[in-house]
Amino acid sequence: MSAKKLGVAILGTGNIGTDLMMKVLRSPVLECRLFAGRNLASPGMTKASLLGVPVSAKGFQSIIDRKDEIALVFDATSAMDHQKHAPVLKELGLVAVDLTPAKVGRMCVPAVNLAECLSEPNVNMITCGGQASIPIAYAIRSANPGVEYLEAVSSIASRSAGPATRINLDEYLQTTEQGLQLFGGCPRTKAILNLNPAQPCVHMQTTVMARIAQPDLARTRAAVAEMVARIRTYIPGYQLILEPIVENGRLVAMVRVEGLGDYLPRYAGNLDIINCAAIAFAEAYARQRTAQN
Amino acid sequence: MSDGKPTITVCDSTLRDGSHAYSHQITLEQVRAYATAAEAAGFNFLEVGHGNGLGASSLQVGESLVPEGEMLRAAKACLKRTKLSVHVIPGFATINREIAQAIDAGVELFRVGCHCTEADITQRHISHVRSAGHEAWGVLMMSHMVSGEILLEETKKMQSYGAQGIVLMDSAGAYFPADVTAKVGLLASKLEVPVGFHAHNNLGLAVANSIAALEAGARIVDGTGRGFGAGAGNAPIELIAAVLIKQGYTTALDLYKALDAGDLAAKLFAGSLPESNGVTIVSGMTGVFSGFAKPVQRAAKQFGVDGRDIFFELGRRKVVGGQEDLILEVADLLARRAKETGKVPPTP
Repeated sequence: MSAKKLGVAILGTGNIGTDLMMKVLRSPVLECRLFAGRNLASPGMTKASLLGVPVSAKGFQSIIDRKDEIALVFDATSAMDHQKHAPVLKELGLVAVDLTPAKVGRMCVPAVNLAECLSEPNVNMITCGGQASIPIAYAIRSANPGVEYLEAVSSIASRSAGPATRINLDEYLQTTEQGLQLFGGCPRTKAILNLNPAQPCVHMQTTVMARIAQPDLARTRAAVAEMVARIRTYIPGYQLILEPIVENGRLVAMVRVEGLGDYLPRYAGNLDIINCAAIAFAEAYARQRTAQN
Repeated sequence: MSDGKPTITVCDSTLRDGSHAYSHQITLEQVRAYATAAEAAGFNFLEVGHGNGLGASSLQVGESLVPEGEMLRAAKACLKRTKLSVHVIPGFATINREIAQAIDAGVELFRVGCHCTEADITQRHISHVRSAGHEAWGVLMMSHMVSGEILLEETKKMQSYGAQGIVLMDSAGAYFPADVTAKVGLLASKLEVPVGFHAHNNLGLAVANSIAALEAGARIVDGTGRGFGAGAGNAPIELIAAVLIKQGYTTALDLYKALDAGDLAAKLFAGSLPESNGVTIVSGMTGVFSGFAKPVQRAAKQFGVDGRDIFFELGRRKVVGGQEDLILEVADLLARRAKETGKVPPTP
């Protein structure tokens, strides 16, 4: 055990939580001191035990019990649960990285506002489509004054959309639209999500479209290319597959996200991207703490 | 009931599916004129709105000229016997925004649809409509893509959420009559709610497929005035009316008024009536969403590629309705490939 690593806990042992654990295990600055859920027999718990990660079936209570060993908690439960966890975590002085659409804390897109989020007690990772589209929307805005309207369309493999995603499509759309408004500096936004059942499973793709009176294509291309390079430092599978073009009065750019394949299959870039973003935040937070001490 | 033939519910989608054929530019005057004709013809339901339903006005699919609330209220004001319906796709439409607004505008039937394998995304929307005291049906789009057994499994889910009718859409115009007979027949015999069929004419089979559906036990049939709809259009509702009357089904139809509705559609939408062409035929052959026809033709022109090649590649990728953005990616890919090899790729 390295004293220099930041102790973290992961709450929620489903697909997202288990994939996060795999990423934490690889991190040079994070250490997973607790993997907490409700069912020791779940596939995620089994995996954690095999990898020697401390586990608990006492859920949120186990975080409270072991608060002195940890500094940061990834919450991969549900929006409703996170609403309850957030005030307690704040009270305990633990940084919360919220992977649910609860939107308690500040919305965080590492490629755009990482530094501003490092002093926040609670950061929200928005949605998978938000993590993919918002940086592009931000780049478009930086290159063009007067963005009138922004739209983000994501297609994901049906098999990567679990029951929670399926029942919460409306919340997904609303949260993604709010993120686009905030970072795209544009009050009119729209999000669309398509599930595609094709076999072999399709990789996540996200298209950002904008209505701009007089788009500056050259500046937009440069801004988007720079943004993609920045994102690739923490999401290696993020690729620009359609350079910004103007077609039928709309500016269009498209990305594909191939996952790292840690716990989830590579096509599930949608799940990987939100986890990569959460890890990017946590690592930056850990490095900042080390620097301060 | 005459001759022991069952009663058929006729749904007119002219002012919804036709939106695709008209680049979503239908005006309030057109809505009022056509809704009045649909009422006179005795169609049971009139579906109004953007081609992809509530909340689908977008850069992705195309922006509507008229906001959907205004379209719905204008239609509603012209209807008495004929009930107002909308198409709803979760992922585009939300409960709090679009469904609430449609309820306020007087919509009586919500046809909640999704890609044919994804019924569970309709659960909340169907349940919400039912708990708000309105009628909800389940719609499976692109239903040519999977077996009858899978369609049955998915529609049973919709039935369990509260759907009071089920419609199979042949969104790509890819069915042959034997497929209709097998799939509609299976659903009609196993479901407790009435089953319907929504045809597209990409392979010239819209009316034949609608007849096959009726003979296999469908009790709901969709059509549009002069076939005004996506791709090569739908089953023309005036022909559906003629078939139903000629074959002695029980309906609320007035033959001459139904024929007039078709003629009115021809007049209102002159110059934009769907026609069969190379691109719509390939849409049917490749099983790709009919609504892609116009954007594919546009992208083919801009990127200097063959629209038929775009459809073959989209078909290979098994794209679903709503994935219009992939048209540009594929057109760009084909253009770059042609540039690299210095020749146009061979037609599959």
